[in-house]
Amino acid sequence: MTKEQVRQAILDILTEIAPDEDIHSISDDGNLRDQIDLDSMDFLDIVMELRKRFNIEVPEKDYEFLATMSSCVNYLFPLLGDRKLAS
Amino acid sequence: MVYDAIIIGAGLSGLAGGIRLALFDKKVLIVEKHTVIGGLNSFYTRKNRIFDVGLHAMTNYSPAGQRKSPLGKLLKQLRFRHEDFRLCQQETSEIRFPEKSLHFTNDFEYFKQEIAEQFPTQMDGFLKLLEKIENYDELSLVSNAPISAKAVLSEYLSDPLLIDMLFCPLAYYGSAREQDMEFYQFVIMFKSVFIEGFSKPEGGMHYILNLMVEKYRALGGEMLMGNGAKSIRIQNGRAIALVLADGTELQAKNILSSAGYLETLRLCDPAPVELESAEPGQMTFMESIFVLDKLPKELGYDQSIVFFSLNTKFEYRSPQIPIDPDSGVLCCPNNFQYPSPLPEGILRLTHQANYEYWNNLSRSDYLAAKKEQRAQALEKLFKIFPNFSQSVIFLDSFTPKTIEKYTGHLNGAVYGAPEKSKDGRTPYENLFICGTDQGFLGIIGATLSGISMANLHILQN
Ligand SMILES: Cc1cc2nc3c(=O)[nH]c(=O)nc-3n(C[C@H](O)[C@H](O)[C@H](O)COP(=O)(O)OP(=O)(O)OC[C@H]3O[C@@H](n4cnc5c(N)ncnc54)[C@H](O)[C@@H]3O)c2cc1C
Repeated sequence: MTKEQVRQAILDILTEIAPDEDIHSISDDGNLRDQIDLDSMDFLDIVMELRKRFNIEVPEKDYEFLATMSSCVNYLFPLLGDRKLAS
Repeated sequence: MVYDAIIIGAGLSGLAGGIRLALFDKKVLIVEKHTVIGGLNSFYTRKNRIFDVGLHAMTNYSPAGQRKSPLGKLLKQLRFRHEDFRLCQQETSEIRFPEKSLHFTNDFEYFKQEIAEQFPTQMDGFLKLLEKIENYDELSLVSNAPISAKAVLSEYLSDPLLIDMLFCPLAYYGSAREQDMEFYQFVIMFKSVFIEGFSKPEGGMHYILNLMVEKYRALGGEMLMGNGAKSIRIQNGRAIALVLADGTELQAKNILSSAGYLETLRLCDPAPVELESAEPGQMTFMESIFVLDKLPKELGYDQSIVFFSLNTKFEYRSPQIPIDPDSGVLCCPNNFQYPSPLPEGILRLTHQANYEYWNNLSRSDYLAAKKEQRAQALEKLFKIFPNFSQSVIFLDSFTPKTIEKYTGHLNGAVYGAPEKSKDGRTPYENLFICGTDQGFLGIIGATLSGISMANLHILQN
């Protein structure tokens, strides 16, 4: 996956768990929690979706890396970089 | 095969927990002893009409787009859209006591205004109480020393009438405790009923239940109906197997039970010592449903729900007599903002009831007692409400006995035991409870309970 594809994968997850939010207006460096009104239940869902879709375990101590879009991409890229996109 | 989780009970909490687990590919099985889903909030058919058992109204109404309200959380966690639930808001509801009456809608400012007009001297205290309520962390899963809601209310309000009028609807819609509530529970209910408010799903409770079952099944969740849990085999502090009524033995990493705390401990084999100290709940109800040949409004019933007391002092306890006709809840399902009107006029009347009395009756006495108690209840009701007897075309009543029979809750206790297990833990490390006895009550509460217990104990691990 390229960085752009990782970003898209995160957007897909956010669309799934927050269908009413305007996902496209998300800026890379703003806090996700504030931009689309996410709470701890949503973060659990993000983590669970990552596990379900990509078989990635995000330990609780790493939740801080999910704070902004760019930190998400930076954290997940090394884990997803060698994955092929499912067709 | 070993399930990731087996859930006991296909009521709202069990179904919600099941959806959460199935959503993330857990192998999950719901076992339900009854042949119908829904538990305390089920439905039944008589003379081609479908009646909801539990539903007066769903509390916690919030509009589409709110993701942090209880309803918003429920919808997003179960991945439903707001419009899927087809919620129709109430018109106006009322708390009617001998000297005064307070109206409320889903606009909280309206209720504040009512209190300012009816209880001008209490308004300062009420606003301070409100501040406390708004800033309270009522959803914490940590159990603290119980705080009496009545005690807190009397710190802020000096008029016992206002205290009882606020307490009455909240007790009826969510107190397992007699004469009082724990303050956190009061806060949950205050927000659910007064600040957020009431709605009903178009299509009734079976519509919502079916929606949940369809989702659960589509996600690969399994369900076993009419074959409940007979026992839970315990070894070394763990639940190692679930034995069904037909003798089948099932294995699961976790068991999540919505049968009630005490009811669940009773299934454990060998029985835990904790069983001796656990107290069952006492609060249970009789409810009568009247189908009318006119709309309630034509008969002078223009509120969505009325919580009434014929006495200034409101009593909330298991009465010494079969039912207490001196207070109750009257629900007019027609008076909700449906897109198209309901086909028939309906009234539902609920009273506090004494489980022992109903339990000890023989079959023939039972039927006679239902009739007799219903007649007495109506006689009292018609002292303050218009008489609708001439318009009744069908009627049915259920009692604490019915509730116990169909839901398994001891004493027919609708809100479970007064002591809640807020973190859902039991003496056994992989056996958890959800629903009524975890402490989130009512339709929305039970559903959220199933969600949060599945999250906390199974998904986060
Ligand atoms: C008359 C009445 C009116 C109500 N009105 C309202 C209202 O207007 N608004 C509102 O919000 N709430 C209302 N409620 C409350 C609401 O219905 C409940 O809080 C909610 O449904 C509880 O859900 P639950 O999942 O915790 O428990 P339950 O619905 O009781 O679910 C437990 C399930 O477990 C099953 N079970 C038990 N033992 C076993 C076993 N050994 N093996 C397998 N299965 C088992 C039971 O059959 C049941 O289906 C009302 C309840 C009643 C009875």
